[in-house]
Amino acid sequence: MVVHKHMLVLVPLAVLLAGCHSDSDDDTLTSSREFRFQVTITNLTAGQPLSPAAVVIHTTGWQAFTLGESASVGLETLAEAGDNSDFIVAADTDSNVLAAVSGQGAIVPGATAQVTATAAADSQSGLLLTWASMPVNTNDAFAIVNAIDISGLAVGQSETHLAISYDAGTEANTESADTVPGPAASGLAEGFNADRDDVRNAVYVHPGVVTQDDGLTTSTLSGSQRWDNPMARVDIERLQ
Amino acid sequence: MKRVILTLTLAAAPLIVQAAEFDVEIHNPTRGLYYTPLLVTAHPPNMKLFEAGEAASSELQAMAEGGDIMPLVTALDSAGATTVANPAAGLLAPGETTTAIVNTNNATANTQLSIVAMLLPTNDGFLALNSLTVPTQPGTYTYNLNAYDAGTEANDELRGSGAPGQAGMPVPPPLDPVLGTNGTGAASNAEGYVHIHRGNLGDTDTTGGKSDIVSTLHRWLNPVTRVTVTVK
Repeated sequence: MVVHKHMLVLVPLAVLLAGCHSDSDDDTLTSSREFRFQVTITNLTAGQPLSPAAVVIHTTGWQAFTLGESASVGLETLAEAGDNSDFIVAADTDSNVLAAVSGQGAIVPGATAQVTATAAADSQSGLLLTWASMPVNTNDAFAIVNAIDISGLAVGQSETHLAISYDAGTEANTESADTVPGPAASGLAEGFNADRDDVRNAVYVHPGVVTQDDGLTTSTLSGSQRWDNPMARVDIERLQ
Repeated sequence: MKRVILTLTLAAAPLIVQAAEFDVEIHNPTRGLYYTPLLVTAHPPNMKLFEAGEAASSELQAMAEGGDIMPLVTALDSAGATTVANPAAGLLAPGETTTAIVNTNNATANTQLSIVAMLLPTNDGFLALNSLTVPTQPGTYTYNLNAYDAGTEANDELRGSGAPGQAGMPVPPPLDPVLGTNGTGAASNAEGYVHIHRGNLGDTDTTGGKSDIVSTLHRWLNPVTRVTVTVK
């Protein structure tokens, strides 16, 4: 019975959306419309620059990761090296992804960055949005807002989400100068390494960094690289 | 946003169908914390397992200091709650998942969901979902749970006892080879009230130092639990 009510609510919406473009113009190749979203990321940490943003608009058939399961190589590269190119290329080849774009540069602590992503779709129904970046003074952390439902956003409307940090589970958390790619380390770290040598090969919630200031003598990090959740604030506005 | 609107629509409808059966999937997403046997319970709105900011009950204390959920189960049984005790049949290791099926067909007053388990290694830390109103709309709902401190035992972070009122942490087999030994004890007192856990201190000295907890393995940032409720 509840299911029936649910459908009654949804059906008029579907009709409404279908009506928007059924008789649009002479372009018979596609009936799709463009849905444009502006993603504004604010780095809430004291000492963790965020790598260039990866923003993906998708449907339920794609997801950046599953908590408790092993990370894709694309996500591993993003989380170990701050390089989102593999992640974005892999997403782009998935039929459930409508847009996959990168931000323009690192987002330093306290700073805000904007990324615009445009999806061509028959309707707004089912659209999800994911943002991910690496906090670069870590071994293999990533901050993410995961599969946010943007199907109900009206033009001009904005929603705010808070991102927590995960550990990709692909690299040991040594915090050492030769494995941390960010500016708190030597700058000579290797970044991506295909070895998977963390406590387990699975994504988990990041425990934070210990740092040399708190007794981990092999760590290249100091207390200012510590953080707490949430790590970033993400505002999603529908522009079109 | 849509979910909220739909819920309001339903609430305004003359017929409200109460969820009768739902699955509760519990995932341990921490780096190195174990859960003692989980307590999953649907109960009436007029009771709670604890109130943050207030002293813990003796039943909650037994769970938080030693992982003993039987006193809570007994209290919940006498209140007519629908309880699933220990769905993982023992400890739930980091990265593992368990599921409890809760059926309130014959107890429609049990509209609230609570989940607790002790976190190891801690002195009196526990994960908690505290009296969530279970959604009535069929669907899948995800919740992140935080770690609480029962406030009943000093967080000395030393190997010791799981008995209520006795110092130290219980050390079951999976943790025994991982924890440090011969720590001198982190300075602390029982706080006296339930609150958000400040986290483990730990150290990197496995044969001494202040703490028997390992800082590179047993620290955490919230959330410490991911719960997925599926209402049928």
